Amino acid sequence: MKAKGHYGIYGGQYVAETLMGPLAELEKAYAEAKADPAFQREFNEILRDYVGRESPITHCRRLSAHLGGAQILLKREDLNHTGAHKVNNTVGQALLARRMGKKRLIAETGAGMHGVATATVAALLGMPCEVYMGAIDVDRQSPNVQRMKMLGAKVNAVSEGSATLKDAMNEAIRDWVTNCDDTFYVIGTVAGPHPYPEMVRDFQSVIGREARAQMLARYGRLPDQAIACVGGGSNAMGLFAGFIDDLSVKLVGVEAGGRGIATGEHAASINGGRVGVLHGAKTYLLQTESGQVIDTYSVSAGLDYPGVGPEHAHLADTGRAEYPVITDDEAIEAFDMLCRFEGIIPALESSHALAEAIKRAPHLPKDALLLVNLSGRGDKDMDNINSYRKAHAK
Amino acid sequence: MNRIQKCFERSRAQGRAAFVAYLTIGYPSLDASEQAIDRLIGESAADIIELGVPFSDPFADGAVIRSAAYEALKQGVTMRDVLALAARVRATHPETPLVVFSYYNLILSMGAERFAEEAEKAGVDAVLAVDLPLEERDELLSVLRPHGITMVPLIAPNTPLPRVVESVKGVEDGFLYIITVKGVTGVRGELPPELTGHLDAIRAAVDTPIVAGFGIASREQGTALVKGHADGYVIGSAIVRKLGAGGLNASTPLI
Repeated sequence: MKAKGHYGIYGGQYVAETLMGPLAELEKAYAEAKADPAFQREFNEILRDYVGRESPITHCRRLSAHLGGAQILLKREDLNHTGAHKVNNTVGQALLARRMGKKRLIAETGAGMHGVATATVAALLGMPCEVYMGAIDVDRQSPNVQRMKMLGAKVNAVSEGSATLKDAMNEAIRDWVTNCDDTFYVIGTVAGPHPYPEMVRDFQSVIGREARAQMLARYGRLPDQAIACVGGGSNAMGLFAGFIDDLSVKLVGVEAGGRGIATGEHAASINGGRVGVLHGAKTYLLQTESGQVIDTYSVSAGLDYPGVGPEHAHLADTGRAEYPVITDDEAIEAFDMLCRFEGIIPALESSHALAEAIKRAPHLPKDALLLVNLSGRGDKDMDNINSYRKAHAK
Repeated sequence: MNRIQKCFERSRAQGRAAFVAYLTIGYPSLDASEQAIDRLIGESAADIIELGVPFSDPFADGAVIRSAAYEALKQGVTMRDVLALAARVRATHPETPLVVFSYYNLILSMGAERFAEEAEKAGVDAVLAVDLPLEERDELLSVLRPHGITMVPLIAPNTPLPRVVESVKGVEDGFLYIITVKGVTGVRGELPPELTGHLDAIRAAVDTPIVAGFGIASREQGTALVKGHADGYVIGSAIVRKLGAGGLNASTPLI
């Protein structure tokens, strides 16, 4: 039997047998939808009229001048409805769910952005929605919990295991395996079993396609580097998809270094993990010597995942993309700089990508173009920033 | 003929269903698991033992087995501990088939070849990897085979018959684990009425023994359920729950 959905040695369908039927059904339905102009038209219309695409590219003039090197450009996914790139994917999956005749949406969420984006499209399409969220994340992202409830979704706090994103995903899988006949599982990132990594990348690739066209229209050329943060890696895959064949464009995925790789308190799967299998895919995984999955740490809940999308693992191995690490401290510094220099409050996740650009810019000529995916806005992070500042003021 | 084949030949000759007992190794302790296996074989006439390896992310399991796994992990139980225990069980019970029941990452992490060598030394007969379906299993099966270890495929209520036939290829010397319900492990009030028809259809399609698992609470329920429809049944969560409630201290059998 031929294995499907592999990127090099990564990816695949490492799931319990009960899910193989639903995955085959999903794969077939997605292939048909992908080839159906009516589906693509409706998807693009919602992205335009509801999400507010296309999102602009903003040139950070003061920040770039301050750094004295390369020009930093932001792809403004933070301006999307719901405040992050996540909604691109949930629109696509929810439309697919409706097309497949599924009656109910479920999702996992870490920072809550994917949960909010799923609850949003569930309301838009009139479908009931349940979101699984680690109990620790429910506490540290309470504004998003309120938003999901406001939108009519049921939020289920998951208090077992490490009570974070991976445990929320475990619980969502248990729900799906039990209710797969009428339930569609909306996965929020390019992880999980085939066809999810490919499907989520495709729905997010609007970011990269738009950005490529915008760069050519405005600058008459492509960026020198395309930089995005990587937890599971959906905003990065979305951006990279636009430039993957443009070998002159360096692809840079930034992992969350937390308190530093050496401390063990981080979420950098490619830098600090080894090959493993979790949630249906073979990929780099943060795990103990005996193969138990490790609790991750990052100041940004959205990057707090022990695995990484399998295509990223492959891009890392082949060298097509590079995966540096940014610590909490560096991300917070970048967050502050964007607030003060440009009047934009970025999500802590996106601040990791920005921090990498800030690190690189001074070493590059003034005409170099660094395109950073500003994947989300930071309104949700006020409490986290405040508690970080309190802890560091001592 | 291997231990599994002999086992089913015995139970068939006696005109009864084989009783497959699952327990999470290391819950409530490694010693307790070893004692429990002795008693399951000795007092409850368990025909096959499934050694559940505790994993941090047991997404296919219900609440009982999950909390047992978390407890075992608190004591640091690893795959190596499970294999060491298997070797001790093998020394006292030379005929009872032992199946390592694990999430794939624990095997991958150890290295499939190393796992296969140590499992063979420990006298393990088969591996059931929860998250290694037909499409992905060759990477492990091809390593296990030279060590005389087979695999136990899972068959779900929504697995089409041609896929069942495909699943048994290359592992005819083991048995098929038929999942009775869509969902996770754990005891249920009642099982779906279409189950017996499903079992009959599978049995007609393959020669390899089939056992039904998920949701079976007692030997009586298991025996009644599979009578004439399957070669055996699995009890898991009910045993794990009993062990958690101090079942080893009672003089009555565990199950």
